[in-house]
Amino acid sequence: MTSDVIIVGAGIIGAACARALASAGVGVTVIDRGTTAGGTSSACEGNLLVSDKGPGHELVLAQYAASLWRSTVTDLREQLGDGFPSVEFDPKGGVVVATTTAGAGSLLEFVAGQRLAGVDARVIDAYEARGLEPDLTARIEAAVYYPEDAQVQPTIATEALMASARLYGARLLENTPVLGLLLDSAGSLIGVTTPAGELLGRRVLVAAGPWSGEVAGLLGVRLPVRPRRGELLVTTRMRQRIFHKVYDADYVGAVGSDDGALQTSSVVESTGSGTVLIGSSRQLVGFDARLRVEVLSEIAAKAIRLFPFLADASVMRSYGGFRPFMPDHLPVISEDPRMPGLWYATGHEGAGIGLSLATAELILDLMLGRPTRIDAAPYSVARASLAPYLEAVA
Amino acid sequence: MSIADVLVIGAGPAGLAAARAARERGASVTLLDSSDQLGGQFWRHLPDARPSSDERVLHHGWDTYRGLSDALESENGCRIIRSAHVWAIEASATGPGTVHVIVGESDGVGRERLAFAPGAMILATGAHDRILPFPGWDLPGVFSGGAAQALAKGERLGVGRRVIVAGAGPFLLPVAASLSGVGSTVLGVFEANRAPALLRGWLPRPWQLLPAAGKAVELAGYVAGHIRNRIPYRLGRMVVAAHGTDRVEAVTLAAVTANWTPIDGTQRTVEVDAVCVSHGFTPRLELAIAAGCALTADRFVRVDEGQQTSVPGVYAVGEITGIGGADLAMAEGVIAGHIAAGGLVTDNTLRRAVRQRRIFRGFARRIDAAHAIRPGWQGVLTADTIVCRCEEVTFGTLCATAESTRSRSLRALKLSTRAGLGICQGRVCGRSIEEVLATRVGNGGLRDGVTTDRRPIAALIRLGELATDHHGLGVTPGPHNPDRPPDPMKGTK
Amino acid sequence: MTARLLPFLDDPIKPAPPTLVTITVDGTPARGVAGQSLAGVILASGTLGFRRTSVLGRPRGVFCGIGVCYDCLVEVNGQRDVRACQRRAVDGDVITVQHDRLPSGDVA
Repeated sequence: MTSDVIIVGAGIIGAACARALASAGVGVTVIDRGTTAGGTSSACEGNLLVSDKGPGHELVLAQYAASLWRSTVTDLREQLGDGFPSVEFDPKGGVVVATTTAGAGSLLEFVAGQRLAGVDARVIDAYEARGLEPDLTARIEAAVYYPEDAQVQPTIATEALMASARLYGARLLENTPVLGLLLDSAGSLIGVTTPAGELLGRRVLVAAGPWSGEVAGLLGVRLPVRPRRGELLVTTRMRQRIFHKVYDADYVGAVGSDDGALQTSSVVESTGSGTVLIGSSRQLVGFDARLRVEVLSEIAAKAIRLFPFLADASVMRSYGGFRPFMPDHLPVISEDPRMPGLWYATGHEGAGIGLSLATAELILDLMLGRPTRIDAAPYSVARASLAPYLEAVA
Repeated sequence: MSIADVLVIGAGPAGLAAARAARERGASVTLLDSSDQLGGQFWRHLPDARPSSDERVLHHGWDTYRGLSDALESENGCRIIRSAHVWAIEASATGPGTVHVIVGESDGVGRERLAFAPGAMILATGAHDRILPFPGWDLPGVFSGGAAQALAKGERLGVGRRVIVAGAGPFLLPVAASLSGVGSTVLGVFEANRAPALLRGWLPRPWQLLPAAGKAVELAGYVAGHIRNRIPYRLGRMVVAAHGTDRVEAVTLAAVTANWTPIDGTQRTVEVDAVCVSHGFTPRLELAIAAGCALTADRFVRVDEGQQTSVPGVYAVGEITGIGGADLAMAEGVIAGHIAAGGLVTDNTLRRAVRQRRIFRGFARRIDAAHAIRPGWQGVLTADTIVCRCEEVTFGTLCATAESTRSRSLRALKLSTRAGLGICQGRVCGRSIEEVLATRVGNGGLRDGVTTDRRPIAALIRLGELATDHHGLGVTPGPHNPDRPPDPMKGTK
Repeated sequence: MTARLLPFLDDPIKPAPPTLVTITVDGTPARGVAGQSLAGVILASGTLGFRRTSVLGRPRGVFCGIGVCYDCLVEVNGQRDVRACQRRAVDGDVITVQHDRLPSGDVA
């Protein structure tokens, strides 16, 4: 059996692409070395944000994605029925707070740029901020409210997209790692090899998150995706005292930085089950998932700075994941000109959950040769900013 | 950071024996326990502030306990830290890593943070009851066997007047004895396994049991107590439901097959005001896993002849290497303590302990063979039966989610049902959730190799406590400010 | 009353005479013996269920008794998330029931 597209990776990107392609009649087989949502998609917060993105191509993609989420959630519920767990889509909005004067200056400058790019970013005063978040610290130098920010339960969202894809006819092969590329005598891509045998496919789409670099290597090309570790803390259940996604303005600096050393920045929100989710950290430590107390300690300290009452909250769990980090901070969503038939949908760093739906539509339009809703060139693997990091195919 | 030669985590029989043996070999020993008393669960007793002249009648090996604890408390070189909760271990491939401890009353605020980087570490974290879910098990008045014991031995409190003890395993007998001893009327003890299973486990090669003669005496004591108190002991019976509005008022018992499937028509209902249930024990593996120790196929810590785990310098003793009771735990403890302090397993001083270990390991295997959990237990579950108590996830939800998502990933199913994600972090429900989901997904079971035993955060820690070690960002602790001198008038802390 | 303390004069292990402690549970006084856990004092005062769950509003009390199930959570002198079975009762302790509602609103 020859698929039209073999997707390597059953995380949210792979699932979203599978659904988009399958619903358009494209024959899809998704393979994953583990299970659906086995990697980063189940180790994150489920952010659907525009607030943390300055003017640029990532913001454009995020705005495109934001326009798709609400209708997708409705479509999924209709298609999957009430028996399927809820993806817990919550358009809660975001509040960004600067607790220092220097931070306030940077934040307001950042916001000005965002507003010009069409983001609904509303500068509010301390009184209004405390009105939105009564338990917020009194040390508010500047605050911004982003009504467009939302959250989703990322594991369930991934499962829902995959279930939908399968209903549209996509095939899923779990516990099936890719071993290499299958080429015909002319050297053209015709599929992949796995321990279960050869899978024939006209196109191969790599959507393996932080492992995409590894997968690309098995397929003979270099893709400079690296894992960027992030840790989160989960508190015990309490009555709701936090109503939006609230974060410290220094979050923005941490996201855009290239520093491999530990960077922490406070992000705090309540969940539907009553717990409080607290992040976040960024570190380049390969795939080392071991617990680091120093990281958790910093995350805790910064969270208390935003919400002093959290000092008495109990931490019951910590978890972490690996963001797929690209050196120029943009995902790769394109065919690889070095190897026709090989495609990528990966490198979304900390924004993959939100960007998944727009990524899927871009992939669909590009594969079908249709005009894309936004200019896809900035996400191409052939973009200039990525050139220094790529090598020719061996 | 404190440097200790040998750090022992857990002051039950295994940990006490290990600390003593290490100390005897001249090591500098630090012994931690989360309780404010030594003895673990096995030697749970009245607080030291309330001495009893005849406490020994309640305990097996009380003199042994007193010998160990007196020796450790009186000598220099063994630092004992009570109310010490190990909340994280930063693993190292080459040694024990860093052990993070919070010291102070359980679930306190503003407690003291300590960190250890020991040369050798002995994990003796013990086990807790495994209780299988059944309809009504979440009603107040349904207790674990361990709760009945802890309250009886630790406070002289009987949990009920008319009590049924049920489940599987020899632990049911001491539970019934403790209950009788504090004035509860035990209406009966009901073991789910039937006579053939028990006989198959206990009878073959009886000469192997002879060296464990002490166990026979212990068993005889419980049996005598049963006869004296006229407590029926019935095999092949299970509690299949507990009934009541806001508390347990009655239970339904049924006969079960060898597979633990309830037999229709054998149900009978008994009025009770408390039920004590225990279906065996779950080892407390989280610290061993955090330290990087490999597990065996049946999910205990893998150790060699010297009780060393897969991590150099880390040893494991007691229930976490296999459920086997206090005598086995102490034998393993002696071996580990001696070797962690530089000795060899071939040393003469260890000969007795090595022999004891062999004898009592054999004993433990028989218990497992005779009293193991059989899969038919899932047959009592109804759609409304709560399986994850903390998050109130029902059997119906587990089945429906497994079916609708077609997921074969335990991790994903936990995240989409919330089962195992509550405050107990899967300690009570974890293995039951795994078994229920494995049965539902069928065809080879769950595929992601994840278990519910892994808990990187091993004990609750307040955010303010977690933040205190951070340079430059001091945090004001909560109501119990550690900077304030302790109030001498405050009670037993 | 279901749960009951064995009177010390009847106790074959001959414990030292008890010191009494009094705590309040949601405003109601409860008497216990120094050294007892809060769980023991509450049980002996006749209360089996002293918490309501967040999703279904069902009563819970003591279950495992050794600190692993977290069913017995109470608020002690303002501290939340305290396991009653792991904390010894101190004279004057103010205990309030801990009931955490879900963000979505009312529990049954």
